[in-house]
Amino acid sequence: MSHSHEPLATLSNINLQFGSTQVLQQVTVEFHRGCITTLIGPNGAGKTTLVRVLLGLQQPTSGVVWQQPGLRIGYMPQKLQIDKTFPLTVKRFLETSQCRDKSKMRSALSDVGAQNLWKQSIHDLSGGEMQRVMLARALLRDPELLVLDEPVQGVDINGQLELYSLIERIRDQRGCGVVMISHDLHLVMAATDHVVCINQHVCCSGHPEHVTNDPAFMELFGPRGAEQLAIYNHQHNHRHNVHGDIVTSHNCEHH
Amino acid sequence: MDSFLIYALIGGLGVAAIAGPLGAFVVWRRMAYFGDTLAHSALLGVALGFLLEINLNLAIIACCVGLSLLLVSLQRQHLIATDTLLGIMAHSALSLGLVAVALLEIRLDLMAYLFGDLLAIGPQQLLWIYGGGALVLLLLYKLWQPLLAITINEELAKVEGVKVGRIRLSLMLLIAMVIAIAMKIVGLLLITSLLIIPAATARRVASSPEQMAIGAAVCGCLAVTGGLLLSWYGDTPAGPSVVVIALLLFIASYLLPLRQPA
Repeated sequence: MSHSHEPLATLSNINLQFGSTQVLQQVTVEFHRGCITTLIGPNGAGKTTLVRVLLGLQQPTSGVVWQQPGLRIGYMPQKLQIDKTFPLTVKRFLETSQCRDKSKMRSALSDVGAQNLWKQSIHDLSGGEMQRVMLARALLRDPELLVLDEPVQGVDINGQLELYSLIERIRDQRGCGVVMISHDLHLVMAATDHVVCINQHVCCSGHPEHVTNDPAFMELFGPRGAEQLAIYNHQHNHRHNVHGDIVTSHNCEHH
Repeated sequence: MDSFLIYALIGGLGVAAIAGPLGAFVVWRRMAYFGDTLAHSALLGVALGFLLEINLNLAIIACCVGLSLLLVSLQRQHLIATDTLLGIMAHSALSLGLVAVALLEIRLDLMAYLFGDLLAIGPQQLLWIYGGGALVLLLLYKLWQPLLAITINEELAKVEGVKVGRIRLSLMLLIAMVIAIAMKIVGLLLITSLLIIPAATARRVASSPEQMAIGAAVCGCLAVTGGLLLSWYGDTPAGPSVVVIALLLFIASYLLPLRQPA
């Protein structure tokens, strides 16, 4: 499947300061159609803040945020804190998006493998189920760019692998661009085309294999983290989908 | 039955019907203390109304809205924890109100403002309750979907195109209006209970936000009816009686074995 790698959104020379704390420093990132870009970095590195800038939820101190005119963004926040007193089924949750089309909601749910959750209370979902439902909600907008803040948070290893391959499948089917935040190292690397390593500024960026050999990456995650990745890359030169089939590698070159 | 009792019942039912659905939002968004703070400022609004010689209901609404705007801007500064801020504002507003009433030498029945005077409702107040109430419910109906959306997650709602700031402000305005309307019934010290207790009771049986909103209105109406009966036969103060019945309904709902709602 071929994708045109036109840029969907660009952040140029973003600086952000909270009081005397420099949160983002001269960050420049491009997000492309059909390309999975992963923002990776330690806690407090400014990944979520960068995404908030991209979404227009946070005004940068300086720098330019460009989005393709009329760009449809599907957003999946890090965590929803819905009060237990709020009676809400998955169906009703999806209805509170701007979408009014029931059959579309059902097909979005089945796209993420959660069609059986339609009548479930949102408070009874497991971590993985909740992530899928939130992903379905993001899909309701027919996004050209999916923005996922730690999409595998609170999910066990197997569930993480499944979610990452689900995200890849969505990208393949819809040809949308994907931006995700992660701070786990090895799993995400397999499911991404482009890695941007952030610690207030962009430490390094590029193809996953290229990035893991970058000295700046070694410095950020330490030799152990880099070593783990090297082992992982060595053992896995292909990817599996949910059913264990080998998925052909998808390369995204836009440099 | 005496006419004042009929007026009290009609007025009380009207207030309960408005307070229920809004109370649901107060519970979902954990705004109980916020509602209490606004209610405490109502007396300041009364004093202001006397001073400027404007309609007291309007003065109360203006005062509540002013206070919520002040609160939002102070919250943004992150100078102090929100619950501390609310505590400071609630009691200062009430004290300022009491001092202002004394300084201006306004003659008013303080107990009626603090604890409500359900039995003193006349046709004039009924007009306010039902006119204002209809406006509140109409706005609530119009804003229902975006209000639910910002209750789930404000940032998600914003990305999805909801005007979050405007909707949040509207909710504050609606709560301010309900406080102005409900003050006559249960008094400013007890208003929050009329918002929260019926909604919390309805949660036990509701499996959708709409069911909870309507359920809260029904529970509120039951509490008003029961409270008036208690007041009539037991010669107890009307406002607190309504709250006591609401509490009994709440306890009963948690003692009864029910299926697990959504």
